[in-house]
Amino acid sequence: MSTVNVNNASTRKQVVMVDTACANISSLKFAVERLGYDVLVTDDTKRIAQADKVLLPGVGSAAAAMTQIRAKGLVECLQNLQQPVLGICLGMQLMTQRSEEANAKGETVDCLGLVKTEVNAMQSDTLRLPHMGWNQVSAVKDSPLFYGIEANTYFYFVHGYCVPQGEHTLATCEYTKTFSAAIENGNFMGVQFHPERSGEAGAQLLRNFVERV
Amino acid sequence: MLAKRIIPCLDVRDGKVVKGVQFRNHEIIGDIVPLAEQYAKAGADELVFYDITASSDQRVVDKSWVTRIAKVIDIPFCVAGGIKSVEDARSILEMGADKISINSPALANPDLINQLHDRFGQQCVVIGIDSFYNADTGKYQVYQFTGDEKRTQQTGWETADWVKEVQSRGAGEIVLNCMNQDGVRKGYDIEQLRAIRRICKVPLIASGGAGAMQHFATVFNPLEQHGADVDGGLAASVFHKGVIEIADLKAYLIEQHIEIRP
Repeated sequence: MSTVNVNNASTRKQVVMVDTACANISSLKFAVERLGYDVLVTDDTKRIAQADKVLLPGVGSAAAAMTQIRAKGLVECLQNLQQPVLGICLGMQLMTQRSEEANAKGETVDCLGLVKTEVNAMQSDTLRLPHMGWNQVSAVKDSPLFYGIEANTYFYFVHGYCVPQGEHTLATCEYTKTFSAAIENGNFMGVQFHPERSGEAGAQLLRNFVERV
Repeated sequence: MLAKRIIPCLDVRDGKVVKGVQFRNHEIIGDIVPLAEQYAKAGADELVFYDITASSDQRVVDKSWVTRIAKVIDIPFCVAGGIKSVEDARSILEMGADKISINSPALANPDLINQLHDRFGQQCVVIGIDSFYNADTGKYQVYQFTGDEKRTQQTGWETADWVKEVQSRGAGEIVLNCMNQDGVRKGYDIEQLRAIRRICKVPLIASGGAGAMQHFATVFNPLEQHGADVDGGLAASVFHKGVIEIADLKAYLIEQHIEIRP
């Protein structure tokens, strides 16, 4: 079993994970708990607003996740957050303005608009999709999120849509083209990969988010 | 570059990891959680937990160990065995599994693949296929209920046709288990895997036959270098019995210029 680092207790940050009603969010919670922090999973806007750090997880389709976020009345709360927020995988994609991952009617999906970019389908004639497995990530800007993480470190990805490289790109990865492995706009950060499933490098990134960002 | 994945498979029966030869004579290897932890630390890229009794015994996999694994390991893992409905899949994903793999239930109800895709997304949906080479007919046939020898039966599907069918229904990954090779450690079925690779647009995982480090190199090598260009190599006994250490295997594959996460 993982050990809880008692030294963290005195400086323990309140880490809140937004309950986006996606099926598999426990693994992210467990990963942060392995670092010695408690994680509150909630959709209560007050608790989210009071958190030191906010995690926005997501698995599934953008349309389904945005429907849940709207139904829970979380849009405004998330848009007004001033503390560091980390979106993970679909959670990162939800931070953008829109996603090409169409809803049932074939329309693009309006997202939270926290980072001025968008989500496109990955396309390739030769490479397998979805992009699934361990791939190399390199930070392109200085950020405490990537403290101690060298260029070309492997992280675990599972996705078929991506954010193109652009002004808000914090780290890149190559598959079909160079895309954003991480994005940042002020206090809003997102990673396309799954740090909770990326071994020691992933643990380092989550620790950086809780302790250094 | 996207790395090729080394995937230890832990066959589970009654909460213990077991391994048989060609699906028979299962012997207990050890407890699930310590073994999972050990493999994650040793450098495994992913783990598959396959409840080999579940499909045959009309049971769903025992749920508690999925959460126990999710709590301790920091690499992705997939749970297979007895997942027959969207509800079964939901509960296992909720407990922290990254993917669910279905085999016999997909053959019984192919529409389940579409349902799982629509509910959880393509990336969660792995289809396991047990393929047997019939030397008399010269054809690769799909088998079901392979967890229980008494119930194991041939289906009407030829392997290549089933591979195409599951992709059209939304499979996100295919694990091709070549039954003739399973547990005998004489190498993956390169010929079959090459044929399936050509028609498989989603990640393809080779299973059955790994016995030496060279077998992994061959299965990962590009088609033009006489390999099968699979995305992951799955193996059980060579890892459980310490025939191959994962660290040694990875060092060897890197020397062979295969893209591997160190």
